[in-house]
Amino acid sequence: MKWIAAVLFAAMLVLLPSVAGDFYVNLASQILIAAIFALSLNLLVGFGGMTSLGHASFLGVAAYISALLTSRYGFAHGPAAIVSIAGTTAMAAVFGVIALRASGLGFLMITLALSQVLWGLAYRMSNVTNGDNGIAGLTRPMPFGISLDSAASFYWFALAVASVSFLMMTTFVSSAFGSSLKGVRDQPRRMAALGFNPWMIRWITFIYAGFWGGVSGLLYVYYNKYIHPTSLSTTSSAEALLGVIAGGSGTLSGPAVGAALVLLLKNYASAYVERWNMLLGLVFLFIVLVMPTGIVPGLSKLLNLRRGSR
Amino acid sequence: MNSAEPTCALEISHLRKSFGGLVATHDVSLTIRPGERRLIIGPNGAGKTTLFNQITGDLQSTAGQIRLFGVDVTHLTPYRRAHLGLARTYQIITLFDRDTLEHNVTLGLLGLRPSRWQMWRPLSYYGDLSTEARRILDAVGLLHLADSLVSDLAYGEKRRVELAMALAQKPRVLLLDEPLAGLSNAERATVKALIAAIPRETAVVMIEHDMDTALDLAETVTLLNYGRVIVDGERDAVVADPKTREVYLGV
Ligand SMILES: Nc1ncnc2c1ncn2[C@@H]1O[C@H](COP(=O)(O)OP(=O)(O)OP(=O)(O)O)[C@@H](O)[C@H]1O
Ligand SMILES: [Mg+2]
Repeated sequence: MKWIAAVLFAAMLVLLPSVAGDFYVNLASQILIAAIFALSLNLLVGFGGMTSLGHASFLGVAAYISALLTSRYGFAHGPAAIVSIAGTTAMAAVFGVIALRASGLGFLMITLALSQVLWGLAYRMSNVTNGDNGIAGLTRPMPFGISLDSAASFYWFALAVASVSFLMMTTFVSSAFGSSLKGVRDQPRRMAALGFNPWMIRWITFIYAGFWGGVSGLLYVYYNKYIHPTSLSTTSSAEALLGVIAGGSGTLSGPAVGAALVLLLKNYASAYVERWNMLLGLVFLFIVLVMPTGIVPGLSKLLNLRRGSR
Repeated sequence: MNSAEPTCALEISHLRKSFGGLVATHDVSLTIRPGERRLIIGPNGAGKTTLFNQITGDLQSTAGQIRLFGVDVTHLTPYRRAHLGLARTYQIITLFDRDTLEHNVTLGLLGLRPSRWQMWRPLSYYGDLSTEARRILDAVGLLHLADSLVSDLAYGEKRRVELAMALAQKPRVLLLDEPLAGLSNAERATVKALIAAIPRETAVVMIEHDMDTALDLAETVTLLNYGRVIVDGERDAVVADPKTREVYLGV
């Protein structure tokens, strides 16, 4: 049953562009990008117990590096992507050392502060980043000579990257290392007494999450062909965090569902309601009150209850 | 590393821990031989758990030195000490509630193995971990609950999981903080037999208030009071010592 459902779901994803119009295909691409980003944040929040309010740093920096290298310095997309991901991952290593000096609220504040610094830099260093105007006129890469300019081709590209990232992050959390990570989240003192190095486990996870945050940033800038300082803002980080929590932190599919919800609300609600942020807040308040552990755990509990009562 | 077997498993000298104005341990010096069975007794608040926390590195000592098989571990992190052969249980049960018993014991095994860093394979790939974890659960009489969640266990069963996790590490020095606390008489007998069966490669240091049971397991006894070692020596000598009676009977 489970397998059939999975195959059907996969087929649906692959075939989406043949049944849906460009508007919906583009929306789906954006959801995929947001889902990768949310999944990477969930490694920290859900599996590591490290609530970050600065994860947009990785998305934004990866996007800016790629944008600058391709538009200003004449890099081809391939090398630019490699430098962008390597640079973002290295930055995560440094940020991790700083942020992991604290835990809990302290950790949250440091991640917030670091991302605020980057956001400020993106605004102020207008000779490099073009400041509030953002960097426009960017291009999409052509992997194996295939143009990604149509909605469908970009969607398939994003789907491929998202599939790989989902697989790799799933493997990560179900591995021996993933067990160490969850153990350190639940009982750090006990884990240390058992021979695990809590700091190192958290740091490696922080770097890995930064890496996938960077990957989502590349897709983000490819999709939009434009980058603006808001991509680095606390609002971006907070939206992703909301998605993770609403969908179900510490679950594998929850963050993807949450990210999709945020995007759909944003896209639809903003057309009708001016203060869509308020609507977003109300929806999340409702979710958190009705399903405190998130949509995915909440729904699966409901399903189990119904099955049990039969 | 020297090839000769060190004569001391654990060597504590002039250890002190103060919490602000409160001195919890006061110039404590102890030596534990390899394979020794040591009981630590003392009234509530005597500093017994604090001493354990200093030995494991959960607490940094204010002064003094700790050596484990000749290695100065005073400033090492807890996980480094674990790799030198130190394991412990907690007075306040500290388990992974949302995980199965098998997973709890598996973590005990994984902690000392390089495979704990493995990121590309599911944990289930390591079948030997599961086999070994189940073998240990069998030894403490909990195999039938291997797939239950810790949160569903009774208190006495949780105490045995604490012990199983520590035993999984085959430590050279094992610190047991009140392993009999809160157990029924039948459970006491079970756990006593488990502790008695710990192989002689392991030195066992046990804090326990239940002297009737614990004295049978001990060769040597240390009495702590107000953070100081009051009496220290062979079991019968310590029991007979007037100072022991004084502390326990308030004479
Ligand atoms: N983290 C801490 N901060 C401040 N004081 C502490 C701390 N831990 C222990 N103490 C104090 O140190 C003293 C010794 O406590 P400890 O827990 O070592 O006693 P114990 O001998 O294990 O007692 P019990 O038999 O009740 O377990 C107590 O007065 C306790 O209140
Ligand atoms: Mg105690």
